[in-house]
Amino acid sequence: MIAASDAVEEQIDRETEFGFWLYLMSDAVLFSLIFVTFAVMSSNLASGPGGADLFDIKNLAMQTALLLTSSLTIALAHHATEGRNTTRAVVWLVMTCILGTGFLALEIRELSGFVAEGAGPGRSGYLSAFFTLVGTHGLHVTAGLIWALTLIVQIVLRGIDHRLLSRLARLSLFWHFLDIVWIAVFSLVYLPEFL
Amino acid sequence: MTENASLLLGRLGLDALPFYSWVAFSGALVTLAGGVGFLVLVTWLGQWRALWTGWLTSVDHKRIGIMYIVLALVMLVRGFVDAIMMRLQQAMSYNREGYLPPEHFEQIFSSHGTIMIFFMAMPFMTGLLNYIIPLQIGARDVAFPVLNAISFWLTFAGAGLMLISLVIGKFSTAGWTGYPPYSGVEFTPGVGVDYWIWSILVSGVGTTMTGINFVVTILRKRAPGMLLMRMPLFTWTGLCSSILIIFAFPALTVSTTMLALDRTLGMHFFTNDGGGNVMNYMNLFWIWGHPEVYILILPAFGIFSEVVATFSSKRLFGYPSLVYATAVIAVLSFTVWLHHFFTMGAGANVNAIFGIATMVIAVPTGVKVFDWLFTMFRGRIRFEPPMLFTIGFMCLFVIGGMSGVLLAIPPINYSTHNTTFLVAHFHNMIIPGVLFGYLAGYMYWFPKAFGFQLDRVWGARSFWFWMIGFLLAFMPLYALGLMGMPRRLETYGNPEWQPLLIVAFVGACLILMGIISLVMQLWVSVKNRKALVDQTGDPWDGRTLEWSMPSPPPIWNFDNVPVVSSRDAFHEAKLSGIPLPAAEEDSPLSVPKNSVMGPCMGVAGMCIGFGAVWYIWWLAFAGLAIAVAAIIGRSFVQSTENDVSFKRGATTT
Repeated sequence: MIAASDAVEEQIDRETEFGFWLYLMSDAVLFSLIFVTFAVMSSNLASGPGGADLFDIKNLAMQTALLLTSSLTIALAHHATEGRNTTRAVVWLVMTCILGTGFLALEIRELSGFVAEGAGPGRSGYLSAFFTLVGTHGLHVTAGLIWALTLIVQIVLRGIDHRLLSRLARLSLFWHFLDIVWIAVFSLVYLPEFL
Repeated sequence: MTENASLLLGRLGLDALPFYSWVAFSGALVTLAGGVGFLVLVTWLGQWRALWTGWLTSVDHKRIGIMYIVLALVMLVRGFVDAIMMRLQQAMSYNREGYLPPEHFEQIFSSHGTIMIFFMAMPFMTGLLNYIIPLQIGARDVAFPVLNAISFWLTFAGAGLMLISLVIGKFSTAGWTGYPPYSGVEFTPGVGVDYWIWSILVSGVGTTMTGINFVVTILRKRAPGMLLMRMPLFTWTGLCSSILIIFAFPALTVSTTMLALDRTLGMHFFTNDGGGNVMNYMNLFWIWGHPEVYILILPAFGIFSEVVATFSSKRLFGYPSLVYATAVIAVLSFTVWLHHFFTMGAGANVNAIFGIATMVIAVPTGVKVFDWLFTMFRGRIRFEPPMLFTIGFMCLFVIGGMSGVLLAIPPINYSTHNTTFLVAHFHNMIIPGVLFGYLAGYMYWFPKAFGFQLDRVWGARSFWFWMIGFLLAFMPLYALGLMGMPRRLETYGNPEWQPLLIVAFVGACLILMGIISLVMQLWVSVKNRKALVDQTGDPWDGRTLEWSMPSPPPIWNFDNVPVVSSRDAFHEAKLSGIPLPAAEEDSPLSVPKNSVMGPCMGVAGMCIGFGAVWYIWWLAFAGLAIAVAAIIGRSFVQSTENDVSFKRGATTT
């Protein structure tokens, strides 16, 4: 590897992080448009079931708790890498993956339950928008999980270097971003059905 | 999904081959012959290794830029063939069927629009941004060179899907905008609309990444002293265009993905039944679609600004007003999307607001035209081909702008809705505004990229054919639109229309001569490259940094990155005779290593797209797996740069 100066490396990391912020902005627009579409279609039930008939508040509470806790654990992982603490970083990342997988498992159980009840995405415009919104978030979480697993392997193989720090910083940005999106899903998609 | 879909080949079968019309069949043959011919040529010349290491895996922004422009020119020819076929059909189909079966005619107008916007104009723009912007701002490469290669290859994959659709299966018949419910599976089963969706989805991902790449490049990689208000105007317009890409392209992704979900998984976003909302598609699509017009045209405005200053031998008039006008256009471009469907029935107030916003956006554009005119005023104008295209643009674009302001008035819009008046209007914006700009940029910067100039006689011929051909091809469409002729007619019964349609066909033939002149220009220039060689690196007496280096530039661009102390710093350095000071003498030079990431992602994108079109799901998942594996694999690569300090001072690569 070329021994580029630390200043150059640091500049590259800063550029990458700026680029990642831009990506998140683009992704925020993507989610906003799906949210707007959901809002437009929120009463297009086509005499099918609505959210109040389908949603289970316990499942929702568990999903939300898992995802919000995982945001804490990834912050702790980030903190551990900054202190160059390899073991702790791996432990917290593994915790994050477990929590994230739990969230996804509950989500898949919920959605497949709806499909089994005949309330799949093809049932009505409302359900199409619901499945697409929640599914897009779930796909992002899946991508985040693959990313976190890759970083765990890299920490184990190579320890913590500036690249890893930058990557983990971006992953935790991404993860917090998904948390914010979930809070919007929670408040705009699920919560109104329980009020 | 169709019942007879097999696990291995999905719904792909022998009936996918284009035996339904001799025209389609010969189109497929030409496409195949082109592809096979290219492979044979490379093999015959024994250039596979050179092609692979020098181009296909290259992450040099200059090489990528050239590949983008080559792609754009090839697709320009394909898109133009579609255009002239339509003109011929309409010229002869009064009370007759013409030579194209209706379904084939519909495929042609759909692929013409899709190709020209997504696979001609977009790659042409991205190519010029790629080649020129790092040179203009004093950078050694873009911020993310490998990502840049991936963007190119995804665009290439999208274009590849377009071309494949000519041979295997049929293309969409739903127009380049793919409006539901017609584009839904109920009215248009088959693979056509799916080809349209996946080719623009795959390339759209690449474009989004290009936007991110160039915003970071322009904001973070400028030479010392290159303040924002010292940036050349092409860089400014590239920046605004890239910002628009970041914010607008998600809308395209969302609208086309939802259409795909409707078609493939039976969802109800845009269907008539099941609680779908058709108009939501138009809103989502044009939230992308209108900014897209400015994504394409702003860089062209930047090129005109560079060209008009250089060839008037004058400082650009009103630089700050041009910058502000560009930024205002970029912001306002998100406030006018509804003018694409005034007839939706949104209500008088909504239409009025969008109509007024549309008229307002014409103001900064007008400011620009005045700035260019004042730049020419009392300048010493040299009528080289890039300048000819610029002057031609100014004359024609004003006409298009006028018809645009007419269309911005909702009542007039109602009466011209879906007529050829609209077709004339947007071609009047996009051919002079976008294409003339890119052609001007191509001829202006060609000597920078290849070290010799393009033949000016053939360049001038091309311009005049394009200019007169454009007027003949599209002015009749304004008249026809006012006479009530709907767009996209495959046959008609009104005798008054035919003479004008014949004139339009003659115009298209002249444009064909313009394209042939472009090819001739390239051919003649390559043949005479010894005579046309440019040793100085600055053949036009340029003003911006890209002219301060040898042509073609070394792979690392700047031996020493210069310090910039004013706008047009290079021009001032030439006048004063004092070269620009170096930021840091003999700093280490490193260039990014070649990477197979680009081709890998291109193959992955192609597999995903082709698999999703034909329901060959194993192929789509294989493509996805390739993409994920490639990204993960790449993250384990430690050494990504080559030190080339020892080559400093070499003039070319």
